[in-house]
Amino acid sequence: MTWDEMAPLLGEATWQTALMVAWSTLFTVLLGLPLGVALVVFDRGGLRPLPVLKSVLGVIVNVGRSLPFIVLMIAIIPFTRLVVGTTIGTAAVVVPLTVGAVPFFARLVETALREVDLDVVQAAQAMGAGRATVVRKVLLPEALPGIVAGVTVTVVALIGYTAMAGTIGGGGLGDLAIRYGYQRFETGLMIATVVLLVVIVQIMQSLGDLVARRLSHK
Amino acid sequence: MIQASGLRKSYGGTVALDGVDLHVRQGEIFGVLGQSGAGKSTLLRCVNLLERPTAGTVTVDGQELTTLGGKELNLARRRIGMIHQHFALLSSRTVAGNVAFPLEVMGVPAAERRRRVGELLELVGLGGRGGDRPNQLSGGQKQRVGIARALAGNPSVLLSDEATSALDPATTQSILALLKRLNTELGLTILLITHEMDVVKSVCDSVAIMTGGRIEESGAIAELIRTPGSRLTREIFPLPEPAPAGSVTLTFTGDPRQPVVSEVVRKFDVGLSILGGSIEELPAGPVGRLRVALTGDDTGSALAYLRERGLLVETP
Repeated sequence: MTWDEMAPLLGEATWQTALMVAWSTLFTVLLGLPLGVALVVFDRGGLRPLPVLKSVLGVIVNVGRSLPFIVLMIAIIPFTRLVVGTTIGTAAVVVPLTVGAVPFFARLVETALREVDLDVVQAAQAMGAGRATVVRKVLLPEALPGIVAGVTVTVVALIGYTAMAGTIGGGGLGDLAIRYGYQRFETGLMIATVVLLVVIVQIMQSLGDLVARRLSHK
Repeated sequence: MIQASGLRKSYGGTVALDGVDLHVRQGEIFGVLGQSGAGKSTLLRCVNLLERPTAGTVTVDGQELTTLGGKELNLARRRIGMIHQHFALLSSRTVAGNVAFPLEVMGVPAAERRRRVGELLELVGLGGRGGDRPNQLSGGQKQRVGIARALAGNPSVLLSDEATSALDPATTQSILALLKRLNTELGLTILLITHEMDVVKSVCDSVAIMTGGRIEESGAIAELIRTPGSRLTREIFPLPEPAPAGSVTLTFTGDPRQPVVSEVVRKFDVGLSILGGSIEELPAGPVGRLRVALTGDDTGSALAYLRERGLLVETP
């Protein structure tokens, strides 16, 4: 396979991966952030201790995290159909990607929030700040560098998950590597895909680190 | 200004406060002195209900806080400032942003907030540093930001949780001087907890000494100094305790240049040898404590004369 033959394939697959990762990251943050906050706020000793609710959420998160992504993707096919009306293609992959990444990201958010100095939270309470204010103006801004680091780790994990997206016709770089590199012995393309994935992950990580560092004033 | 009665606080089996009564008068600086683990931090946090006491009541500025909850408690807390040992500043905000925080909580409009933040930073000697990040400041400057923030809501009371314990001696003195100035200029009532006698000696009008979740001794320093057997007096003056047999310990207040001791020696036929002593400069004025041994026939009349002259005379 010549470079001219590979280039359009690689271009299209990269675009598909980018789309899948971008959309699923967006939905993961939108859903995982409140879930992570809930895990901290409802915890024993949290701002609003509701230990039973916290345990239920904890179990759901753990179930979500214990399923290998490829199993999860197939197991939730009925749910995917319900949400996007189809079970194949890039849009259909975003659903399992999000479902798989939300519990993972929620745990990272939980960890970042727990790092916030308890003194600062109590100082805000001593100033008469209510729970919502403490979450909005203390916990989230103080944990922002940690949350950004969590988003970075999640993006990298999602890039990994998208490799399995080929199974349900999602396309992407992983799918390309399997179809051409593995099934057709196109070693050149295989190497190109690997290099591309390494470079993308590297860029994402550096970008995330840079933003987190900029935000941190510790 | 602050009235706490019958405060108890226990966590599971451990008792942190074991029946504490506290009365802080309007406009005074009240120090709670104790070792770590004595319960002084719990006591302070019960005053603004960061910890809810297991039993007892807390009244601040005429309002009983222990009956309040939720929104009402949050409103009441805005009238009570608090500063912290490790400053508790938001690292995600600038100095000005930190001072603005309580104003945002109170719903003060942005323009008014900016004006007030400027004033407060000026008041604590940090004018022009509003744009800095807390991590660019020294410990003393961070505590000044903490003080500016605590004053944002024009509180009637300031609670200080070991506010100088993380600072070096010179910085400690400058922060204490600032607190004293705010106390005088704004009429701010300050309740501070500390494990350092120096803090009590430099700024406090009244003191409570805590051990094992109880208050061992409390009152105005000027009065405690004149109370025989006072724990405070023993802690302030570096004389060996217990006093040796046959010695007499004299505590005198007022002008230390009054020649009371030489008068005694002249008037009565007694010998007087000094075993130890020192003079301390307290906010209430200078206080001296002298341990002497009297010899001669007329020591009884000599001691009576010293008492007459207003000295506290203690014999072991």
